[in-house]
Amino acid sequence: MLNTKQGTPPPAAGRAGMKKELPEHFKDYRHVWVFIELERGQVHPVSFELLGEGRKLADKLGVELAGVVLGPAGEATLYAVAEAFAYGADLAYLVEAPLLEDYRNEPFTKAMTDLVTTYKPEILLLGATTLGRDLAGSVATTLLTGLTADCTELDVDAEGSLAATRPTFGGSLLCTIYTLNCRPQMATVRPRVMAMPQRVNKPIGRVIQHDVPMIEEEIVTKALGFLSDGQSSTANLAYADVVVAGGLGLGAAENLKLVKNLARAIGAEYGCSRPLVQKGWMPADRQIGQTGKTIRPKLYIAAGISGAIQHRVGVGGADLIVAINTDRNAPIFDFAHLGVVTDAIRFLPSLTEVFTHRLSPHSRDKLAN
Amino acid sequence: MHIVICIKQVPDSAQIRVHPVTNTIMRQGVPTIINPYDLFALEEALKLRDAHGGEVTVLTMGPPMAEDALRKALTYGADRAVLLTDRYFAGSDTLATSFALSQAIAKIGETFGTPDIVFTGKQTIDGDTAQVGPGIAKRLDLLQLTYVAKIASIDLNTREITVERRSEGGTQTLMSKLPCLITMLEGTNEIRRGSLDDALRAARSRIVKWSAADAGIEDLTKCGLRGSPTVVKRVFAPAARAEKAEQIETTEKTPRDLADELIAGIFSRQPALEDELAFDGDA
Ligand SMILES: Cc1cc2nc3c(=O)[nH]c(=O)nc-3n(C[C@H](O)[C@H](O)[C@H](O)COP(=O)(O)OP(=O)(O)OC[C@H]3O[C@@H](n4cnc5c(N)ncnc54)[C@H](O)[C@@H]3O)c2cc1C
Repeated sequence: MLNTKQGTPPPAAGRAGMKKELPEHFKDYRHVWVFIELERGQVHPVSFELLGEGRKLADKLGVELAGVVLGPAGEATLYAVAEAFAYGADLAYLVEAPLLEDYRNEPFTKAMTDLVTTYKPEILLLGATTLGRDLAGSVATTLLTGLTADCTELDVDAEGSLAATRPTFGGSLLCTIYTLNCRPQMATVRPRVMAMPQRVNKPIGRVIQHDVPMIEEEIVTKALGFLSDGQSSTANLAYADVVVAGGLGLGAAENLKLVKNLARAIGAEYGCSRPLVQKGWMPADRQIGQTGKTIRPKLYIAAGISGAIQHRVGVGGADLIVAINTDRNAPIFDFAHLGVVTDAIRFLPSLTEVFTHRLSPHSRDKLAN
Repeated sequence: MHIVICIKQVPDSAQIRVHPVTNTIMRQGVPTIINPYDLFALEEALKLRDAHGGEVTVLTMGPPMAEDALRKALTYGADRAVLLTDRYFAGSDTLATSFALSQAIAKIGETFGTPDIVFTGKQTIDGDTAQVGPGIAKRLDLLQLTYVAKIASIDLNTREITVERRSEGGTQTLMSKLPCLITMLEGTNEIRRGSLDDALRAARSRIVKWSAADAGIEDLTKCGLRGSPTVVKRVFAPAARAEKAEQIETTEKTPRDLADELIAGIFSRQPALEDELAFDGDA
């Protein structure tokens, strides 16, 4: 059953349970769109994660999946379109204009709302990045439609409505949200919440070019410059394969070097729980959790972290969670896979040493012989 | 210069309890605070006022008890506080909230002078959406500058403003015009305590209380549940994981032996990782 919208609507059951028979003009709204975030020539990986998720929604609805690429004409936009196809998009909407070079709210909002009103998607997904959130809020308000932020799960129900699940109250609860009587249904999803899909063997698709009737002179805000974080690898935290993090259990700012040393020894990124940021022991973009980064590493080592729900929601996607904590009843042991009840301050140096030894080419040669 | 800052009263605690049977939030007894991100915005507003003169009006939409948050903001040094409160606002999602707040800001403009800047925090710690700021900007047709880490300069003659804005992997410098809406990032400002004078003034101040009608909102269908396109259909607790962590026995072991055992445990669960890490370690 692909397009289930023709089914008989069930009886209305209170406001929250109310089912809409979509007004006639909403039936024009079809297809699932994913905004392909392009900044400084790079596609943000969250866009691929969303294409993977969008593909599932589109298949359930029996509609097409489209990528939306906004940027100046050139290699970067062509690459973004090709990547959208490589990750499963059937078609791409492409708006090319010099004024889409650096991200600014005005031209991007204009381009996106123009596309939506012209081509009418049923569902529009964006990454909950700084760019995506900035854009999503103004597009939804311009279109007077619903927007569900930071979803952790997306699905379509039997009647073809988007069911968007997101954490609420700092992650203590989840709620499933519907957008009634408005189109498109919009949602943002944070990087690393959805798994990275496989590239699919679908190198081409349709490209629909669209013009924004806007000139640079009409845009008030000017982008004067951009300072890249450069060597500081904080931007990689969300995408690191291995992450080591410290919490308040480390007791003092100087003990964070134990975490950094271990991270360096095994080629990992390091992060922390929120109190460390509040104490000024680590910069905010190293924070993991609800109000920090979502990570999805193959290995996550948490030292002196209690595992509060707000921390947990940021690490739930890790393949293997290792916890080091003095308190055997700490909540982190409820969701870690491997645990050691011991003093992290004493244990981390040994762990670093043994890891280094085991991973060194020398000892590996010996093992091989 | 007239600055309007929107704040929200939020539950303080991470330990919000969930009713085990009904899965609803039990809010009783949970203390409230001003959304921490809003305090950074408030501080920035106060600094601008102190440097350039003018007034800071702090605005919140909420239940009558949200007056406490406003009074607190007055003790920090805000000049005026407006509470937008009406049962018609109950159940507002971000679209309905941005509508109500934008109407109130328009009314504040008519009553106390057009704002040059509207501030919000980057997001709230309960809703966490970061959408209300951009929503207000759009409704009021203000230029929007989100995730601002620093206001580099303001020129009140040319009405130009330059800000540093956090974006993925770097900092963007934007030049724009007043009036504008700014959502403020954490961490750049030391939040002031407020003076004794401010505390006395706050205690004496009358908080302006507006109903929907007072704020000039005629179309109530745009407010509260009715004005909210998103509807919460189900609330539930995250699923508990079936089994707890496998504990590595620690008694009578040296840290090195423990480390050996832990690393063996890691690589037996993630065999591919050992080669990858060794490779990374060399690189
Ligand atoms: C709205 C909201 C958003 C939040 N967002 C986040 C977020 O994004 N990320 C986040 O992390 N938190 C967040 N928090 C905070 C969260 O609720 C917790 O307070 C925080 O995660 C606790 O950090 P912690 O585990 O490091 O510290 P604590 O809770 O103090 O735990 C320290 C742990 O270390 C252990 N310990 C002590 N000494 C040692 C030792 N020598 N060796 C080993 N273990 C030791 C203790 O047993 C304890 O379990 C948020 C809270 C709120 C209200």
